[in-house]
Amino acid sequence: MNKYIERLVNGIVKENPILVLTLGMCATLAVTTTAINGIGMGLSTTVVLVLSNLLISLLRKIIPDGVRMPAYIVVVASLVTVVQFVLQAYVPSLYEALGIYIPLIVVNCIILGRAESYASKNTVLLSTFDGIGMGLGFTCSLTLLGFIRELIGGGTIFSNGSSALVDFTNFGFTPASIFILAPGAFFVLAFIIAVMNRIKRANGMKQAEVPDYTDDVEARKNDEEEGGAKA
Amino acid sequence: MNLILIAIGAALVNNVVLSQFLGLCPFLGVSKKINTAAGMGGAVIGVITVASAICSLIYNYILVPLDLVYLNTIVFILVIASLVQFVEMVLKKCSHNLYEALGVYLPLITTNCAVLGVALTNVQNSYNFIESVVCGLGTAIGFAIAIVIMAGIRERNEDNDVPESFKGMPIVLLTAGLMSIAFFGFSGIL
Repeated sequence: MNKYIERLVNGIVKENPILVLTLGMCATLAVTTTAINGIGMGLSTTVVLVLSNLLISLLRKIIPDGVRMPAYIVVVASLVTVVQFVLQAYVPSLYEALGIYIPLIVVNCIILGRAESYASKNTVLLSTFDGIGMGLGFTCSLTLLGFIRELIGGGTIFSNGSSALVDFTNFGFTPASIFILAPGAFFVLAFIIAVMNRIKRANGMKQAEVPDYTDDVEARKNDEEEGGAKA
Repeated sequence: MNLILIAIGAALVNNVVLSQFLGLCPFLGVSKKINTAAGMGGAVIGVITVASAICSLIYNYILVPLDLVYLNTIVFILVIASLVQFVEMVLKKCSHNLYEALGVYLPLITTNCAVLGVALTNVQNSYNFIESVVCGLGTAIGFAIAIVIMAGIRERNEDNDVPESFKGMPIVLLTAGLMSIAFFGFSGIL
């Protein structure tokens, strides 16, 4: 049983997709203008992630290695289409608020990343728990980001558009609306990651790095040139 | 006139990275040096323009007549993935110089959400074929501008004395935030 709980903790804390791995940033920054939107996006992604991990793990011995990426993409895209219909039918307000970012869950790096690095190599049950852990980690980060942006930028806590749990604008608080605009998303995430870095350094761990493909690109270029020279 | 408005709107006012947050992964991952950033920008311009043209044709002449509009996400992502592979093969065969300059970036573009994002935006705004191509071109130029500026700032930033906790990701995100504020200045154009 322990290893299943370990998968959950791993996704939420140790390999938190946003704060540690910095994957799937597009949706993170775009939809987190309120905490409710963050939860909605997080849970939609979690559903897709759990089901795709489950299906891909089930099919891992059937899918030929050469066409695995297209196969994964078809699985994920079908699941996303299903989630999109469910949201449109039962939570139309959330569907309106998330808009184009629901279909874009397909290209969220977390989902294909987990499919490739975990679900294609592990048992069905472990992969499902991995999906739940990663999805909850994603949801937590999105909610935190949305909570902060909503609080500073809108002066409310858990507002759903018409009513809010707590509304500080009634007590004379003037919201800094730049925080619900695009720049605010970058600033808030920068500060959250900086705080994480501080905590990590205090515990003697390495800081998060910017994912960097420049070296990959240059290495590949060199390979090509060497190959060309040989030919 | 309408076409010029679409192009300027897509490139500057609604900049794909800085106000819509699409294509952030390559924007952060390939912006360490100006040369590589410019190469990536060039490859993205080519792929997004072609992809939005093909997706627009497929949507208007296959999906709509057959009443299969709800399949658009699946169809678009498959078309984009195979298109990128196809472009890579053609470049390798026909133009070795161009392949050397841009080819290495192509595998990174398949999962670039900006490509799928543009195709879906075109459908949502019910643009016709020409409008879709112009919107795709504008968006891609906006991406190229943003990534080259970002690479320039990051090259400068290397020698700066950044607080320990802000090294790496946070300082890059702060830079992007400031660029995003600067691009807000363009919203008066339209």
